[in-house]
Amino acid sequence: MRDYAKEVLEGSPRAAARLISWLEDEDARALEHMERLYPHTGRAYVVGITGSPGAGKSTLTDKFTFALRRQGLTVGIIAVDPSSPFSGGAVLGDRVRMSRLATDPGVFIRSMATRGYLGGLAKATGEVVKVLDAFGKDIIVIETVGVGQDEVDIIRLADTTCLVLVPGLGDTIQSMKAGVMEIADIFIINKADRPGTDQLYTEVTSRVEQDAHIKERAWTPPVVRTVAVEDQGIDDLLQAVNAHRQFLKASGALEEKRRQRTRDETLRMIHAEVFRRLYERLTANGQLDALVEAIVEKRESPYRAMQDVLARWLKE
Amino acid sequence: MAQDRKIKIIVAKPGLDGHDRGAKLLARIFAEAGMEVVYTGLRQTPEMIVETAIQEDADVVGLSSLSGVHMYFFPRVVQLLKEKGLDDVLVVGGGIIPSEDVPELKKAGVAEIFGPGTPTAKIVEFIKNNVRKRD
Repeated sequence: MRDYAKEVLEGSPRAAARLISWLEDEDARALEHMERLYPHTGRAYVVGITGSPGAGKSTLTDKFTFALRRQGLTVGIIAVDPSSPFSGGAVLGDRVRMSRLATDPGVFIRSMATRGYLGGLAKATGEVVKVLDAFGKDIIVIETVGVGQDEVDIIRLADTTCLVLVPGLGDTIQSMKAGVMEIADIFIINKADRPGTDQLYTEVTSRVEQDAHIKERAWTPPVVRTVAVEDQGIDDLLQAVNAHRQFLKASGALEEKRRQRTRDETLRMIHAEVFRRLYERLTANGQLDALVEAIVEKRESPYRAMQDVLARWLKE
Repeated sequence: MAQDRKIKIIVAKPGLDGHDRGAKLLARIFAEAGMEVVYTGLRQTPEMIVETAIQEDADVVGLSSLSGVHMYFFPRVVQLLKEKGLDDVLVVGGGIIPSEDVPELKKAGVAEIFGPGTPTAKIVEFIKNNVRKRD
């Protein structure tokens, strides 16, 4: 068997790509390699780019990455698109805007389908971040699926979350709502050459000002205007990301963020593994079918069944 | 619980022609058939296509050409894939390809050529039957 962990650390894109596939497939073989990569993670800085469909996330990712490359930084990009709830297939189209990065050895792009996972990311996204981190990428950019109001998982993974808005969608009340508007460390108003830009800018900045009154926040999210297709405003974005990074470092918030992330991740892993083992036992000899049958026929209640299953399993 | 393996396919248009209606339709058909389709867009060089195949860990590369450059581009993609050690990736082609070119393309390692009017179900079936079995 090939030593994928070693190959990833040595910089093999093929090994990284295959390991990522295993993670997507929840293939148990990934585990031992991830275990060995883990000590080499935590170096990369993770930037999230989220926003509604068509806001320009891919184009911004492309221009932002290009700007990072000019500074000599290497970049891993994870671009997430939705899977079909019917066929399970997906059209992953974010690369169309990133063609010129395709042959840059300092850039590794992976498209991921959500495979039914909600929240704006694919389930394995966090693990893929670790692979690209150990692979040696300085900055990892995660582009979420086009989000609505409530897909906010990106804040669990990103050190800096950028929310991309465009003029012409909705009125003031939208910018007052909870959810996605709350998660931005940086607001980006893209397509800022379009009518309605000034109005949107006023709305967003006034929300930011309100937040300063309502919440205790040490960081005030800047509002950056960009026209990504024209490469305008990208330097401002770069500066804003750097400023946020400096802030996180200086205030100790970065360390706190990552500790929280580790806690969440550990709990999730335990949760998944406990469930996997339980499920294996339950399905091994038709037990689950029998149980379901009993519940359907009202001979058994699901609450009682749950208690019994747990009690039996915890004893073993 | 391991998930079912999904077939990952790159749909790419090498060369300079600007017509991608067919390629886009096929991308949707493959997705409809349960595959994960990476659509690269127009004007791809063989190098771009092969790097994409590596990073995406693609099982299949589907090439579409309407401008008559297939005799250069298709074999070049196969050759580059081999050079990079991706010799188990299935390469299929489509578009406007004269039938007399097909034997040579196949000899160069293109698994199958699908011309205009091919029932799309046939393409999907061919891919499903011939895609590599992942270790």
